[in-house]
Amino acid sequence: MTMNFPEELLYTKDHEWVKIEGDTATIGITEFAQSELGDIVFIEVDTVGETIEAEAIFGTVEAVKTVSDLFMPVSGEILEFNSDLENAPETVNEDPYGKGWMVKVKLSDSSNRNGLLSAADYKELIGQ
Amino acid sequence: METNTQVKRTPFYNKHVEAHAKILPFAGYEMPITYSGVIEEHECVRQRAGLFDVSHMGEFILRGPHALDLIQKTTSNDASKLIDGKVQYSCFPNRQGGIVDDLLVYRIKEDQYMLVVNASNIEKDWNWLKENDEWNVEMEDISERTALLALQGPKAVDILKKLTQTDVASMAYYTFERGSLNDTPNVLISATGYTGAGGFELYFDQSQASKIWDAIMEAGNEFGLQPAGLAARDTLRLEMGFCLYGNDINDNTSPIEAGLGWITKFTKEFINKDALLNQKTEGVKQKLVAFELVDKGVPRKDYLIYNSEGSEIGIVTSGTMSPSTKKAIGMGYVLSEYSKLESDIYVAVRDKKLKAVVVKLPFYKQPA
Repeated sequence: MTMNFPEELLYTKDHEWVKIEGDTATIGITEFAQSELGDIVFIEVDTVGETIEAEAIFGTVEAVKTVSDLFMPVSGEILEFNSDLENAPETVNEDPYGKGWMVKVKLSDSSNRNGLLSAADYKELIGQ
Repeated sequence: METNTQVKRTPFYNKHVEAHAKILPFAGYEMPITYSGVIEEHECVRQRAGLFDVSHMGEFILRGPHALDLIQKTTSNDASKLIDGKVQYSCFPNRQGGIVDDLLVYRIKEDQYMLVVNASNIEKDWNWLKENDEWNVEMEDISERTALLALQGPKAVDILKKLTQTDVASMAYYTFERGSLNDTPNVLISATGYTGAGGFELYFDQSQASKIWDAIMEAGNEFGLQPAGLAARDTLRLEMGFCLYGNDINDNTSPIEAGLGWITKFTKEFINKDALLNQKTEGVKQKLVAFELVDKGVPRKDYLIYNSEGSEIGIVTSGTMSPSTKKAIGMGYVLSEYSKLESDIYVAVRDKKLKAVVVKLPFYKQPA
């Protein structure tokens, strides 16, 4: 089974993706992450309005068998949580890069892209 | 006994690889965890049928005039009540008030029994039996050569009927018969399971594994049969409130605390009987309860449980989001004063204490 890792996104070693447009970023988890977690049943993000440093926890994702923290790929203020996921968390399994996005973030002035991976580097990291 | 620590494979390993299962080590075996996804497999078993490879389980044969004596001494249930073709759920109490393992006892015939034990406890159970055997009972560990499939779900009877002359539709729960399956003779067909969905467990020689797997999958095709992994097995058993050794029961939890009084028979002698009888009469400090979360979240093993004043009162032993009820469900030990139905308890999930309520088992009732 081949997995999809869009070229236009950047990735983290914690299996999040980030799409940076101007001073905002959209963040979700990768196809590899959703596949490893299995059926996702609950996503908890109660950090909207908070400014969070890169690599700090902004939420958690609960699958049937396991739970995993969500880490900020970049520093910034959480502007919005994808509220569609409250009633349909399985959307993250079905469309991790599209309708399954998790948060939108306003990038901090100090935010940089150091440490973010290209699609090719991420694929290498997970052995794809 | 097997002492090498290398991860073993069941005789169905290649079938799991062909079916693109996610395979992980479990109790020393590379086992299929999921195939199509835990929720899909869970629903398939509840609504149609699923086929589980549970060949990692251990099987011991005990023979001779004192086989029953050893079983009676080491297990809590009363195996003298068994007749040929009957199965009994039981446990091995230890001498400290805990449980060595839980097991099934099959009476094959007079003076011959099969004990089915958890994969992770095969060596521990074997040694426990040997240590307590004052009669030199003939014991044989047939785990390595025994394949075990669980065909579970409301369509299991229809599927099995196509493959055997044995009247499987008439078999009562917790009975077994020997019969042919496809063209394989001497299959032990047992009307048991760990899902609450009905169905059978099939024990046979591992040399027949590949062709029996294929025959069942083919016979089940018209009924929507799918292979199901250990992840779905766990959510299915938890919806029923069946204990899992290592989670809900272990070396330190007593059968009385665990709600297993119904398999603890004080009308006979067995290891640690007096202490357990004392627990039953005097009451226990903690009890295993079932709960549902009222607040949003998912309980997990080892999360702590609190009362409304914020005092710690217990610990979660199993938890998940129930695929059938869509509720967050769990089991755990709490101080006995909080074990009454409808008691409010609080489960600590990360930095929050989520409200939960003690409920009656099962969490889900399979439609008849």
